[in-house]
Amino acid sequence: MTATVEAKALRKTFGSTVALDGFDLRVDEGRIVGLIGPNGAGKTTALNAILGLLRCEGDVRVLDRDPWSERERLMQEVCFIADVAILPRWIRVSQLLDYVAGVHPRFDRAKSESFLAKTTIKRTSRVRELSKGMVTQLHLAIVMAIDARLLVLDEPTLGLDILFRKQFYDSLLNDYFDHSRTILVSTHQVEEIEHVLTDVVFIDRGRRVFECSMDELESRYAEVMVKPENAEAARALKPMQERQLLGRTAFLFEGASRQQLAALGEVRTPSIADLFVAVLGGPR
Amino acid sequence: MNNAWWQIRRELWENRSLYLAPIGACCVFLLAFVVPLSRLPRTIREAAALDPLHQRAAIAFPYDILGGLLMGVLMLVGAFYCLDALYGERRDRSMLFWKSLPVPDLTAVLAKASIPILFLPLVTWIVTLAAWIVMLVMSTLVLSPHPANVALLWQGVAIGPRSLLLLYHLLTVHSLYLAPIYGWLLLVSAWARRATFVWAFVPPVAIASMERLAFGTTFFAHLLLDRLGGNGMDAVVAHGTFPMDPHTHVTPIRFLLSPGLLGGLVIFSLCVMAAVRLRRDRSAI
Repeated sequence: MTATVEAKALRKTFGSTVALDGFDLRVDEGRIVGLIGPNGAGKTTALNAILGLLRCEGDVRVLDRDPWSERERLMQEVCFIADVAILPRWIRVSQLLDYVAGVHPRFDRAKSESFLAKTTIKRTSRVRELSKGMVTQLHLAIVMAIDARLLVLDEPTLGLDILFRKQFYDSLLNDYFDHSRTILVSTHQVEEIEHVLTDVVFIDRGRRVFECSMDELESRYAEVMVKPENAEAARALKPMQERQLLGRTAFLFEGASRQQLAALGEVRTPSIADLFVAVLGGPR
Repeated sequence: MNNAWWQIRRELWENRSLYLAPIGACCVFLLAFVVPLSRLPRTIREAAALDPLHQRAAIAFPYDILGGLLMGVLMLVGAFYCLDALYGERRDRSMLFWKSLPVPDLTAVLAKASIPILFLPLVTWIVTLAAWIVMLVMSTLVLSPHPANVALLWQGVAIGPRSLLLLYHLLTVHSLYLAPIYGWLLLVSAWARRATFVWAFVPPVAIASMERLAFGTTFFAHLLLDRLGGNGMDAVVAHGTFPMDPHTHVTPIRFLLSPGLLGGLVIFSLCVMAAVRLRRDRSAI
């Protein structure tokens, strides 16, 4: 499979703070990859390096280009939403569409207009007059009208209410994503995107600490709700994590036989959030 | 080229003061011009008694004042524009959006540099010329009962040569000769994390002060003041006269080959290249 993004041993420091410490990432074409990590883990730094906005030590190739030296060419095929605050506040919606249509050879203005027609955004409004949700809708309407091969989203729904968040990811999946496109998304709101993702990568302290496809996650990891009398038997199978839940104990296992686990209690596939806590929930 | 055009349009959308400030200053001046218009016949009669040089100066006085006023506005607007041009987009983080589009940093910075170097002088020229025409029409209407006075007015103002000299002055002094100043301000705008105004003005003042203290000379201070005042350049022969005086003798070749201009353009180019580099390297504030 072709790698859309390939980053090897990325390292970046800001003064004495190490933002990336040998970070590796491979994103294949047609995947939707979630980059998940706690605050200060290095997500934004990694995405900025991938987008050519930040120079890092190590190797990065995006669509077979060096993002730092070929940023302009790369941006013809890559779209980026940093967060809701980056659209210039003084610009009118119509000016924004004119401008993007003027500078971006792959922008389809009619498509963008049709996305906007489903919203209440007026063409004459300035960005500063729009609500946070509307700004995100506007940015998404622009991004979805660009025929890009890679879309990078850095906390795209930060500060939005649940309706806008759901609408955002629904639009992304239904109107934008096809299997020739690749999406790399970082977010804290893991529960809302886990049904969207094909792969998940955890980052902590500037390093990749976990990587798994969603299919693999289902087959490799299992969570069992164990009654108190079976707790010792479960512990004997060396779980990754153990936590108390409504009088029962939830055990998270990696690579254990589901048949064997079924004898201990109700077995289910853990959520990304559960896995995240298991992998990164130790003392910090 | 297409990208550059859209970059300039973007600058004009964002910075409406670039054209509203000269238009506003011009409107205020025109109001002030209308009030004493009833005294114009007497002014022309008095000017008729003077020798040709002073006659022209007396008649064209308000036209020169307007030209000077709009040049001052140009310099102020240009300086404030340059100081915010690259700093503002980092401060409001919109730089991340601009950089998400396939526009090279070089194009973005050159488009910004073209505003004080090309756009503002041209806007100033157009606004001044339009205002001069309005002033001439109003004056002609007031003087119309005395055709001789009208002829004297048109002869004194000599709007054709005066407007061409104004354009020449704007393109030489306000565009090319001041280019290193605008380049420096753009560089500060790309570099400073805060207080661009302080960073723009403190280093030159500090250098001038240190020179004075260390060597007892004022070479740097004079260099700067001459540059800001347009002194010492070789664009015209008749130094000391107002640049739009129709009798001014222009020397464009001598100006274009003068070391002062060429040195300034080298400094401007270095500042712009550094600003391009900084725009690429710096992240949002």
